[in-house]
Amino acid sequence: MDSRIDFYPTHEYAGYKLRPGRPYPFGASLVPGGVNFSIFSRHATACTLVLFEKHAPKPLVEIPFPQSFRIGNVYSMVVFGLDCENIEYGYRLEGPNDPGRGHRFDKTRILLDPYAKAIGGRDIWGKVPDWNDMFQYRGRLVFEDFDWEDDHALETPIEDLVIYEAHVRSFTRHPSSRVKFPGTYAALVEKIPYLKQLGINCIELMPVYEFDEFENSRPNPSTGETLYNYWGYSTVAFFAPKSGYAATGKFGMQVDELKNMVKHLHKSGIEVILDVVFNHTAEGNEKGPTISFRGVDNNTYYMLTPEGYYFNFSGCGNTLNCNNPIVRNMVLDCLRYWASEYHIDGFRFDLAAILGRDPWGAPLPNPPLLETLAFDPVLGKCKLIAEAWDAGGLNMLGSFPAYGRWAEWNGKFRDHVRRFLRGDSGMAGKMGQRIQGSPDLYGSSGRGPTASINFVTCHDGFTMCDLFSYNGKHNEANGENNRDGSDDNFSWNCGNEGDTGNPEVQWLRQKMMKNATVLLMVSQGIPMMLMGDEIGRTQKGNNNTYCHDSGLNWMDWSLVEKNAGLLRFVRNMIAFRRAHPVLCSSTHFQNRDYVGSGLADITWHGVQKWNADWSNDSRVLAFMLDGNHAKGGAAKDNTIYVAINSYWEGLSFSLPEPPRGGKWHVFANTGLASPNDICQPGMEIPLKNQNDFLVGPRSAVILVAKVVC
Amino acid sequence: MNIETRIQDGITVILIHGEIDGKTAPDAQEKLLPVVAAHKTIVMDMGDVPFMSSAGLRMMLLFYRHATAANGKVALVGLSEQIRDTMAATGFLDFFVVSVNVQEAVASLKTG
Repeated sequence: MDSRIDFYPTHEYAGYKLRPGRPYPFGASLVPGGVNFSIFSRHATACTLVLFEKHAPKPLVEIPFPQSFRIGNVYSMVVFGLDCENIEYGYRLEGPNDPGRGHRFDKTRILLDPYAKAIGGRDIWGKVPDWNDMFQYRGRLVFEDFDWEDDHALETPIEDLVIYEAHVRSFTRHPSSRVKFPGTYAALVEKIPYLKQLGINCIELMPVYEFDEFENSRPNPSTGETLYNYWGYSTVAFFAPKSGYAATGKFGMQVDELKNMVKHLHKSGIEVILDVVFNHTAEGNEKGPTISFRGVDNNTYYMLTPEGYYFNFSGCGNTLNCNNPIVRNMVLDCLRYWASEYHIDGFRFDLAAILGRDPWGAPLPNPPLLETLAFDPVLGKCKLIAEAWDAGGLNMLGSFPAYGRWAEWNGKFRDHVRRFLRGDSGMAGKMGQRIQGSPDLYGSSGRGPTASINFVTCHDGFTMCDLFSYNGKHNEANGENNRDGSDDNFSWNCGNEGDTGNPEVQWLRQKMMKNATVLLMVSQGIPMMLMGDEIGRTQKGNNNTYCHDSGLNWMDWSLVEKNAGLLRFVRNMIAFRRAHPVLCSSTHFQNRDYVGSGLADITWHGVQKWNADWSNDSRVLAFMLDGNHAKGGAAKDNTIYVAINSYWEGLSFSLPEPPRGGKWHVFANTGLASPNDICQPGMEIPLKNQNDFLVGPRSAVILVAKVVC
Repeated sequence: MNIETRIQDGITVILIHGEIDGKTAPDAQEKLLPVVAAHKTIVMDMGDVPFMSSAGLRMMLLFYRHATAANGKVALVGLSEQIRDTMAATGFLDFFVVSVNVQEAVASLKTG
């Protein structure tokens, strides 16, 4: 190998040995004896590589790319003999500074490589940065040699997933978590047994791409507490993991630590989905900092108005120009990198409707980026999930271009479950659609229930506990006079705003949380739950906690004991879903018997069997799923009957006859106190009265038909 | 950084003194790889290693790969808490037998 002549330098600059590089791949890649640096800029006139020793205030050397090292619009160069662990790098780009034409080149700034795979400068979470440093976010070199052994993306069929949405830091930062390195990837590994016991098989992580928690950080005007860019929906570097989430970030080993976390989750059968934010960057509008894209090629990377200002479809100052071919390729390269190098199982795209807009902001009928991702070979088995709306008013729920691949966060599921449960009128029919996996949204286009990510709560908005503890948001701690955050919460405080010692209110809240869990887990589509909802985590009525590094976001592990009954209920509901394929169909119900079992796949009931009440005033719904139709008839399962009474009084439901000589057994009844509210799947209790069931006020019941031997 | 090797109960024990980082790892690797290749089953006494960078951990994994390719094993003793934590967080620790002292390491390699 060493005899290959291209492993040796041909040029020299200031004592550094060089050679013309290879344009692909972009970024910094380790090659024998050196590092291949490659960066695109269409409008730059010259480019200089700037090398620093780790943490050094001044550059070690600035190496201008000789003109002969540029191919097309790509500058590439191999630098030999670098100490890869101790080098930080950036670029200076020269070119026009003419904002009216979209150009904002500034050779006085040192820019982060858009393809940097690790970042120095924010090594340790919360360490106040030196804002006088000339180079804030520094590219680092990474070894791409992680030993995965036999690990592989799990490729669980999407309809069999139960997703747990979590924030890496919030999950273990609370002192009650009792981990060695709170708030880190390593700590998450320590908590895998908890996740396994909960029964989820997929964790969706809020942003782990490098972001700056100090972006727009400020003191809360009333309390003086520091407010951060805590959630991280503002990307600095798309290819780099958040160093501050790594216990080993101070040694620059965040890449290995995150990979190790994925490997351990996979060993426990848990998939990893990343929440990715490709709609905008941390550079904001023309008043924001110049970190990377703005100085590398503003006109390419951002959607600009004819006057050269930034379109703001993200609500965050700028909009990434995702359907420009260069940017599209960057997004593709990035996702391929995470899928292949980090074994990531899927991606959830924040404000994904933006990815369907053209460079001038108009929605495209056949967006090249979305199509490219759907057909990409490397991403061929990854889950692709869209938040199918954006801050510019484009809502594509049900109409997101899917190409047979894309699923959507189903905002209608969230709203309709909330409204049905709190007892709004006119919701029974809508609830019927949601239970079936929303065929009204996804049926006509043939997408099936696998297009629907069902959720009642997510990071945006109330936690489950707060959903039933507050009528309105209480975001004062965000320092914006309670103006921020959504007002459309469809929440209900159950009789008292916030904390209360009133046992009746407390009982009702527990019941409502369980009812919501039932609807989430018995609906077709893919259930997603929010971290901590299983133990009644509260944010004190704050429905937009994006800026708090405090108990408002941290999961309080003492609730595991305090709300043990709720946790047991959620665990058993998840286990029930995973034990019953009839709940996890990849195709919509046909409302008919197509396997000759004598029952339709789904039948609808109410207080009277076979007679569902879809009227405006109906607050009840009952349905029976025929076990012989499980997985479209391919699997055999029990027949399951579910009754939900959202009315404020108890109602007697007449029960349909269980098929094939079976008897009804009670799995869950939220009208009873723990531990009688639910049992372990398989341990259902025979029901004495097989004809009628008194479902309590605001309660849900699940019955399973079993043949008694 | 310097290196000593000795034989205890028929097993090669490598004693490393000093930090292992991007600067010292290539030298250590050059010296140790022939030892690993020759003896296959080895104990590495890290009691006098105050710090190991990412490059140091990679060197250790390389030894592990060479040893296992020859049906050998690598046991580590004397890891500082910090090195042990770093190796655990990044997954490197999973590959090695970790023992509290050389005697135990030698015993476990012999029985295992």
